Amino acid sequence: MNIFSSKQAKPLLNPLLKDNPVTAQVLGICSALAVTVKLEPALVMALSVTAVCGFSNLIIALIRNLIPNSIRIIVQLVVIAALVIIVDQILKAFAYEVSKQLSVYVGLIITNCIIMGRLEAFAMANKPIPSLLDGFGNGLGYGLILALVAFVRELFGSGSILGWKVMPGGFYELGYQNNSLVILPPMALIIVGVIIWVQKAHTKEAK
Amino acid sequence: MENIFSIFVKSIFIDNMIFAYFLGMCSYLAVSKTVKTSMGLGLAVIFVLLVTVPVNYLLENYLLKAGALSWLHPSLADADLSFLSFIIFIAVIASIVQLVEMVVEKFAPALYSSLGIFLPLIAVNCAIMGASLFMQEREYANIGEATAFALGSGIGWWLAIIGIAAIRERITYSNIPKPLQGLGIAFIITGLMAISFMSFMGIKL
Repeated sequence: MNIFSSKQAKPLLNPLLKDNPVTAQVLGICSALAVTVKLEPALVMALSVTAVCGFSNLIIALIRNLIPNSIRIIVQLVVIAALVIIVDQILKAFAYEVSKQLSVYVGLIITNCIIMGRLEAFAMANKPIPSLLDGFGNGLGYGLILALVAFVRELFGSGSILGWKVMPGGFYELGYQNNSLVILPPMALIIVGVIIWVQKAHTKEAK
Repeated sequence: MENIFSIFVKSIFIDNMIFAYFLGMCSYLAVSKTVKTSMGLGLAVIFVLLVTVPVNYLLENYLLKAGALSWLHPSLADADLSFLSFIIFIAVIASIVQLVEMVVEKFAPALYSSLGIFLPLIAVNCAIMGASLFMQEREYANIGEATAFALGSGIGWWLAIIGIAAIRERITYSNIPKPLQGLGIAFIITGLMAISFMSFMGIKL
């Protein structure tokens, strides 16, 4: 079985643009906005969500025939919470600084609607391998938006990318200043609004 | 007492759940189409926050925190169960939401039917989980402060959702570019509302 045949690739690639969890399905916005002041925590967050989403999809798909329908939400929550605890402990051990910056938002991966949504919509009805790919795909789609928002906010807010200064020093001598509004929470909302605007304008004909 | 009041006001206006921390955005955007439904959801959130945060506060201080078990037996003084806090908090929230749902259904059927599907949905509302996690991170001194924080956050969330619902009702007939309609404009309005809420920043009580 070729894992990258077109049928297999669909659950992985679809959520990246066309069916993006943040802009098209409107899921998981809560954490998407708060961690995007700088690019580095945003990437770590994206990676954590991708890992949790992929593996919880895999686990639920493996045991989907054993879960009684009436308690499936609790089972899903327990699986997600256990995975998030693992991610949290790993972050605390190997990337303490970033874990401090992310603060409560690591824990909030549990209530991230993307993960619950994918478990309900995909993993409960599909085989493990496509579920794993679907989970990774949605995590990456989420990560893409996160990285995009964080890129804009760090570039214009701090004049740097991943902590490296990229704005030429000459700009500052000419009177250029970092836009401190971009760092503040409201701007994240407006940037996401604009991203949705651009994306909808492009996919309009598909409707 | 003064401290409690300051936490209460601060969590409504300055540390607003939606505008400063983006918690509960999913249901905030999905439900804010009319003022009436937003009112129901907002009240339900206040109520659930008011129950879950104090319960989680007690659990945190008498079960999970490093050394919290010493009241049980002195030899347990160095036990640290804080890594379990995520799973305990979410279990408490899910079960309390279930319990509240059953109690409300039994004793206040009118309220139950007006809240409808919102009650069960609250279990996965990030604002509820977020409040418990903030409570853990900020280490409030006593249960009164934690309760004031819960009430304040709930009211702040309610205020935000009522505000956006009222605005969205008014803009139904506005001439917005097609791709921006619905979700896009809701985000931008929320951004503008957040800017206006920022004027509360720096207020010291």
